[in-house]
Amino acid sequence: MSVLEIKDLHVSVQTDQGVKQILNGVNLTINEGEIHAIMGPNGSGKSTLAYTIAGHPKYHVEGGSILLDGAEVLTMTVDQRARAGLFLAMQYPVEIPGVTVTNFLRTAKTAIDGEAPAIRTWIKDVRGAMTNLRMDKSFAERNVNEGFSGGEKKRNEILQLELLKPKFAVLDETDSGLDVDALKIVSEGVNRAKENTGLGLLLITHYTRILRYIHPDFVHVFVNGRIAEQGGPELADRLEDEGYDRFLVPEIVN
Amino acid sequence: MSAVPTLKTTPAPTAPPESTTQHGNKAHTDGRFGYVPVQTRSDRFKSVNVADFDAVTGREAVWKLSPVAKFTDLTAGELDGSVYPISSDPVDGVTVDWVDRSDARIGTAGTPEERAAANAWSTFEKALAITVSGEEAKEITVTRADLGASPRAAHVIIEAKPFSQATVILQNTGDARLSENVEIILGESSNLTVVSVQEWNTGAVHLTNHFASVGKDARLKHVVVSLGGSIVRVNPSVRLAGSGSDTLLLGLYFADAGQHLEQQVYVFHDAPHSRSRVTYKGALQGQDARTVWIGDVLIGNKAAGTDSYEQNRNLVLSEGTRADSIPNLEIETGDIVGAGHASATGRFDDEQLFYLQSRGITEEEARRLVVRGFLTEVIQQIGSPTLEARLQETIEAELLSSASLPAAVEAR
Repeated sequence: MSVLEIKDLHVSVQTDQGVKQILNGVNLTINEGEIHAIMGPNGSGKSTLAYTIAGHPKYHVEGGSILLDGAEVLTMTVDQRARAGLFLAMQYPVEIPGVTVTNFLRTAKTAIDGEAPAIRTWIKDVRGAMTNLRMDKSFAERNVNEGFSGGEKKRNEILQLELLKPKFAVLDETDSGLDVDALKIVSEGVNRAKENTGLGLLLITHYTRILRYIHPDFVHVFVNGRIAEQGGPELADRLEDEGYDRFLVPEIVN
Repeated sequence: MSAVPTLKTTPAPTAPPESTTQHGNKAHTDGRFGYVPVQTRSDRFKSVNVADFDAVTGREAVWKLSPVAKFTDLTAGELDGSVYPISSDPVDGVTVDWVDRSDARIGTAGTPEERAAANAWSTFEKALAITVSGEEAKEITVTRADLGASPRAAHVIIEAKPFSQATVILQNTGDARLSENVEIILGESSNLTVVSVQEWNTGAVHLTNHFASVGKDARLKHVVVSLGGSIVRVNPSVRLAGSGSDTLLLGLYFADAGQHLEQQVYVFHDAPHSRSRVTYKGALQGQDARTVWIGDVLIGNKAAGTDSYEQNRNLVLSEGTRADSIPNLEIETGDIVGAGHASATGRFDDEQLFYLQSRGITEEEARRLVVRGFLTEVIQQIGSPTLEARLQETIEAELLSSASLPAAVEAR
């Protein structure tokens, strides 16, 4: 069984005002098949955690480690991490000029699997996944994310999640900017991916509404760059009622 | 609208008489009073004689985006107009020979609009003539590889006889400091593809004007591929002279550090039911990589039923580059099918690289994917499978050799 372990992770970024410490000792273990929700106020470091796992060069790891089945992820390049089985669904997927969705998906699949997918089944898989996500066929020939609406970009992320079949996926505020219909479609896609591959999920969100459709096994409250409280799904309900004030007050005094 | 400042066509009127009008309520006296810029692209000053042009300052419309100080030998110096070595394999239906300046075809497709072109025109001793006949499709490659590093003038004629069909590839390699004019003459219902490939050595300078005249129901596909050389300026100018004439102008350029690649495209719809499509795509990579694209389309008053569209796309792959892109559309008749233009310059940056890498794609592959995807649209339309495959390889090699190094450092 696969396991992703984050141990005492400290991360900083370089800003105009100098080095800013963002993550202050994050500990988290995700087993295959588990869904962990990370919830927290804006600026608490949730997205930093997501990007650090994926290996974005902007974030500097000061200490700690991330282990995927015992192998150190932090020494891997971005593409090596993806090939090792990690996936990040981005909050703001970028446009890639000149590269069609079809070409991109095939290249990524080939890179991840180490060999080109069999043409016939691959085309069928792509079409099926697109239909499930209510994506029009014309998407396949458009450049990646170019001119896509916010909702279309998120669907395109989940399309990749379903086709690339990672062991662990981090969904960074995938719910933001989605209307309720799109939220349902995207959530169905995530649930389908989990059902089909049994992947582990780290669901990063500010709001609880996506948790109505994707049910977490664990909920972690993220404040000031570390996990302030954890519990089961009931913790999300409590946050829904109370908000994050309870966690923020002591920090201000501090 | 295109507008070229030149005083040659519009003599300044005499100063207005002194009057007693209120202070301030009179014409300005800034020295260019009465100056009217050229109103139409086709009205630009033209001459085959170098002495008719003033010395180049770099402020002229045709020169203002070019590093003119780096090739004064071509605009103002003496050029060697002698015959140079060429090579080509014999092809049925195509003759390649040197003809005298008195050849009747010379001057029928166009006339220089700037000094370097006029300098070449005044100096060349013999013109290289590539003459196509016969209705069967055929392809010929004429290679110029030994032009040398001293300033040179050249004149090329490519003629497609009525109803003939061919692809003519001008393959340019080696050293060069060359100013030249190429005249492309399409007889009635001919179908000609001209591909000019610039793969010069690093220090080469090449300034060329391609003047094409497309006859009734004829079709010209013109492709400019500029990859190698220090300064390469290829300006195709196509006159759709016969009714039903059609042209597809394609361009593909990849500028590395310090390279200046320029193309000023001009399509003149001068006959009814003529059609033009212009697609130029360029990639830029490395410090001071520079590209210029100017696309002028003039739909003249005789060109009812014209259908025209031009576009330029640039892909910026690193910091420190500059891409100029200037589409101009001038329409003298309202009775047209369509006329449009588009220009876009996009950037391939670290965030895009991160996105592709986060899907398992290596950095090298990511760059290749983006550039290949971007340029393929043009390459695929050339219509010569051998050349297409070779260009694809050349571009990928260029991509790896020139810029993956600084980019890798940047991305840590």
